[in-house]
Amino acid sequence: MCTYLTEKFALEGSGKGAQGYFALTEAMVYVDHPQHAPYEHTVNIDFLNPSQGPSSRVAVELTEESALALIDAIRSALAAAPPGLTSTAPASKAA
Amino acid sequence: MYDAVLAETVTVSGHGGDRIEAYSARPMAAGPFGGVVVIHHMPGYDAPTKEIVRRFAAEGYAAVCPNLYSREAPGAAPDDAAAAARAAGGVPDERLVGDVAGAAEYLRGLPSSNGKVGTIGYCSGGRQSFLALASLDLQAGVDCYGAFVTGTPPEGFPLQVSPLKDRVRDLRGPLLGLFGNDDQYPSPPHVDELEEELKARGKAYEFHRYDDAGHAFFAVDRPSYRPQAAMDGWQKIFRFFGEHL
Repeated sequence: MCTYLTEKFALEGSGKGAQGYFALTEAMVYVDHPQHAPYEHTVNIDFLNPSQGPSSRVAVELTEESALALIDAIRSALAAAPPGLTSTAPASKAA
Repeated sequence: MYDAVLAETVTVSGHGGDRIEAYSARPMAAGPFGGVVVIHHMPGYDAPTKEIVRRFAAEGYAAVCPNLYSREAPGAAPDDAAAAARAAGGVPDERLVGDVAGAAEYLRGLPSSNGKVGTIGYCSGGRQSFLALASLDLQAGVDCYGAFVTGTPPEGFPLQVSPLKDRVRDLRGPLLGLFGNDDQYPSPPHVDELEEELKARGKAYEFHRYDDAGHAFFAVDRPSYRPQAAMDGWQKIFRFFGEHL
């Protein structure tokens, strides 16, 4: 099915696309047909910077298990680092 | 038999007079030929869709596929364009109708045109093919597993994919529907609902439903491809357009 559903949020960081690194400003997460992964549906994540055009995009297409493993791995990595180390919030920086 | 085909990127006038990119393929003979507007699937105006356009030309139709994501992502790779269109909230129905109208006008303007134009769409394009047939002067339409013609979208779906059941009464020409019985959107009950409404409104239609096939069974580059269903479906499509265009 085409789910049409899209979770979109603003973010800060960088990604490496076809033309090298660029600043990221938003991301989309959606469950729908992949472009490349050999499955009928995948969890698709696009890291984007629309102000730099549609090609400023880093895309991944993951199975459900892989997406959930990614979430766990991110949480584990953050938990293992000093709190707030990668945060942009001023209060956290001090920690 | 002379069978040369010309395939090329062209520009057509879409919704609001916007000049949009489109892929055209047409026989090089004098005609007259019927026209087919190909409506690409949600993953975009991609190489397999252009192959479909050329296939219609090889079968004796002038065909054109408007790039529905032209505005969001002119010149971008099809996957990047699809992502940009999704980020912008998708293709509004009104704009789709205007873009198909422009594509149909392009086909009718060809010297080889017989004046008749049909549409075919896959996936989200199936729903859009139905919408075009209910909105424009078209002689036939094919809906390949379009979700949300009937059925209720789950909560949170954007407005532009609202169901179109109330538009059945507006259909201008016969509808050919091709569906996989393992599909969830549209599910067999969704297809039943559409079929009942077509019957109730006395509309000409022809539905075929395939076992062991789900969504996107025509998509040759995806694991959903089902050769048996797709080959039979193609035969049905050419017979249908042969009768009506």
